Amino acid sequence: MTETILQTRQLGKRYGKRWAVKNLNLEVCRGDVFGFLGPNGAGKSTTIRMILSLIKPTEGETEIFGHRLKTYRSEALRRVGGIVEKPDFYQYLSAYKNLEIIGMLSNGVNHKRISEVLDLVGLSDRAGDRVKTYSHGMKQRLGIAQALVSDPELVILDEPTNGLDPQGMKEVRDLIIHLSRDRKKTIILSSHLLNEIEMVANRMAIIHKGELAVQGDVNALLNEGDKCVILQAEPRQKVLSILKRRKKILKGITEKEGKFEVIMDFAFIPELNRSLVGAGVQVKALIPRRSLENLFLSMTENAV
Amino acid sequence: MQYKTHMNRLVYSELVKLFLKKRTYLGFGIVLLIVPLIEVAMKLEGGRFLTIAMRGLSKDFLFFGNLFNGWFVAYQIMNSLWFHIPLLISFVAGDQLAGEATAGTYRLILIRPVSRTRIFIAKYITTLIYTILFVFFLAVLSIGLAIILLGRGDLIIILRGVLILPEADVAWRFLIAYLLAAWTMITIASLAFFFSSFVENAIGPIVATMGVLIVFTIISVIPVELFEIPKRYLFTKYIDMWQKMFQDPIQWDHIRTGILFMGTWSLACVLSAWAVFVKKDILS
Repeated sequence: MTETILQTRQLGKRYGKRWAVKNLNLEVCRGDVFGFLGPNGAGKSTTIRMILSLIKPTEGETEIFGHRLKTYRSEALRRVGGIVEKPDFYQYLSAYKNLEIIGMLSNGVNHKRISEVLDLVGLSDRAGDRVKTYSHGMKQRLGIAQALVSDPELVILDEPTNGLDPQGMKEVRDLIIHLSRDRKKTIILSSHLLNEIEMVANRMAIIHKGELAVQGDVNALLNEGDKCVILQAEPRQKVLSILKRRKKILKGITEKEGKFEVIMDFAFIPELNRSLVGAGVQVKALIPRRSLENLFLSMTENAV
Repeated sequence: MQYKTHMNRLVYSELVKLFLKKRTYLGFGIVLLIVPLIEVAMKLEGGRFLTIAMRGLSKDFLFFGNLFNGWFVAYQIMNSLWFHIPLLISFVAGDQLAGEATAGTYRLILIRPVSRTRIFIAKYITTLIYTILFVFFLAVLSIGLAIILLGRGDLIIILRGVLILPEADVAWRFLIAYLLAAWTMITIASLAFFFSSFVENAIGPIVATMGVLIVFTIISVIPVELFEIPKRYLFTKYIDMWQKMFQDPIQWDHIRTGILFMGTWSLACVLSAWAVFVKKDILS
């Protein structure tokens, strides 16, 4: 049976009259890479700040490893490491000294462990340099190192790929996979990028305007519901007549801003493409899009 | 025992952060520059300063011995305790909490399995250590160098009259005066620490502390009836308690009340800062 190690119940935070997070019920199980997805301003960081006790919830509660955060804060956070938004450090200290100080707050961490995490994130050769000389990517990696320095079982990473170049993003993704698969860490990864979550997470939740939109297994969520194909092709009349003739494989067609949104099973995409090309239609794009993607994109478009 | 070990570790980590920061040494640097400068200048002037101060008195009194000595100069430097030393102390004490907010490092330390109260206590102990060290540094440097440069002798105090304290009586008076000064500076540091718990930039607490010090001092010294009641409760009423050690007889009652008064103010500031800190939402 899978053990739930983090649970939020009716968690909410209100600023004035505005609810930044409301009625949030999350459940993270041991071994999960739990994607916490939402557009900018959706309430992801507020939720993570509440889970890590940086801000106090207006209502609801969090339980970590069976300990209520409100009453047993130290016990709840003993096996947790995290990075919240951008990684900030004592700029005038070296990476090593920063980790040593953080270690002191976590019941002490020895030299071997500090060296190990610096090695893990590829900063061993710059360990003695002051953090103010680091690039953004290096600080981001040091952020992950500080989250791992106390060897926590649960690692909470709030947008760890923010501001990284594609190579840096890939390195972080590989590191998350390594931590989950080889080191058996449970990871909560927040992001505003669905594909990033899709690549590393097994379970996910989407938050929108502070409220939970959906939560569950990533594959199940991505595959459930109608799948949609965005078709961009010319000439319009010819495209329409072909689409109407293929009613057996198409469940619905809508036209929007010069593009067709076709609801269909992705397995029939090659067949549809052949019909269009065979009829002399110029196909500019055929983009498969799942219902979850559509849901998330609609949220993102409306996000502040 | 375990609590003590953990607390020691927290205090050590705060001390590391404090003493590896350049701004921590700014106050020490200024004192290290100014004190020798004043003392060397006074030595070069050869007692002109004292002559001017005693101009009216030398007609009526005969003065014997070396009155322009190290003790006299060290006493003059103690007058920096009114404003300059509080400014330098608030510079560091005001940065203790607000500095973490400015740097965004609250997010680094307050997600650890250690209570905010312990972190707060560690930070306050560090502030006290800095304050005491700073006053001790001022004392050792100003007295030590002054005696090396100008020697020892009786101490002449020119304050609403003339008092000459015999040399045998001077050292212990200085010792207690500096202990009282340290106690007073702890109140100033606690005030800066209190302001530091509210804001997210380190300048605010310095300005607020100095603002309070100036306003309270003005209220304390202006002989207006309206201020008579409030001035009884202002800590600035006792900010001069170190100076009472250079009076004869020493006003022990004033000093005892001052110690209690300053202690109460420090405690009130620290408890208020603690209440703010443990409930604070970290949004930086």
